[in-house]
Amino acid sequence: MLEAVYRPWPWYVVGPLIALTMYLLLYFGKEFGVSASLRATCSAMGAGKKVKFFDFDWKKQNWNMVFIFGAIIGGFISSTFLEPSNAVDLASSTKLTLEQLGFERVGESFLPDQLFSPEFWTWKSIAYLFVGGLFVGFGARYAGGCTSGHAISGLSNLQLPSLIAVIGFFIGGLAMTYFILPFILPF
Amino acid sequence: MKYIKFLLVGILFGIALSKGQVVSWYRIYEMFRFDNFHMYGIIGSAVVIGVFIVQYMKRTSMKDIQGHLITFNPKNMSISRYLIGGIFFGLGWAMVGACPGPMYILIGKGFFLIFVVIAGALAGTYLYGVLRSKLPH
Repeated sequence: MLEAVYRPWPWYVVGPLIALTMYLLLYFGKEFGVSASLRATCSAMGAGKKVKFFDFDWKKQNWNMVFIFGAIIGGFISSTFLEPSNAVDLASSTKLTLEQLGFERVGESFLPDQLFSPEFWTWKSIAYLFVGGLFVGFGARYAGGCTSGHAISGLSNLQLPSLIAVIGFFIGGLAMTYFILPFILPF
Repeated sequence: MKYIKFLLVGILFGIALSKGQVVSWYRIYEMFRFDNFHMYGIIGSAVVIGVFIVQYMKRTSMKDIQGHLITFNPKNMSISRYLIGGIFFGLGWAMVGACPGPMYILIGKGFFLIFVVIAGALAGTYLYGVLRSKLPH
């Protein structure tokens, strides 16, 4: 039993736990949507003075900030106490493709060294991470939600707008994975 | 004290996504290559259970912890907004291998270059706020 806790958790454990997260937040009177916190952060930093979109009562998102702080602690607890191995057991075809592109130590830790390890940073990789984040933040607000708000909460409520957004997520993700990443990664 | 429950749910969420390796760049790459069922199983099972949860809440007129009826605010219908916004989101998701939840969880896992991604996400959110009136919705 304890050994199963230390191994990576299968999809049929993690999926229901995400549904449980949504249930608990709804029961607490809130809507599950992480990217709303990004807007609130911009507001808290004073963006509301210049841009009307950020002029709202961001303190109503305080619960979301606390939720996120909990998620950070959860990541720490998991790394420190529950994950004796960092290996990601990837499908062999994914691993092979990344190795052919020139990635090293594929799947030996959660994130590729070439992108996220401090020893490997270059201005190019920093720019890459910033631009990727920019697209995520811009796209999430433009679409009115991210994976938690649209793919989980929105689809659970059978909302057509969320289905369109999720189709968009995949159009963008597939285009990047097949047509752009092979030409720019690894650095 | 009223915030403690959100902290606990956040911890649950952080552990679940970390133990499920949803926070791994590799898992997102693998998902977009359709090489593994793992991520589809996670999102799919969460949504199937979620549909039952939402239907149950609606049909029983379930109240939240403070006694208010749990409501779901339908989003305004549009195609361009969700599709174009979604495409931008997907482009970024495939690049950094993390959506907003995992970005934060990765801080707790000690990957500090994720702060660059979060700074980008805040800049992107700000950019949307500035350009909002000029974008098709």
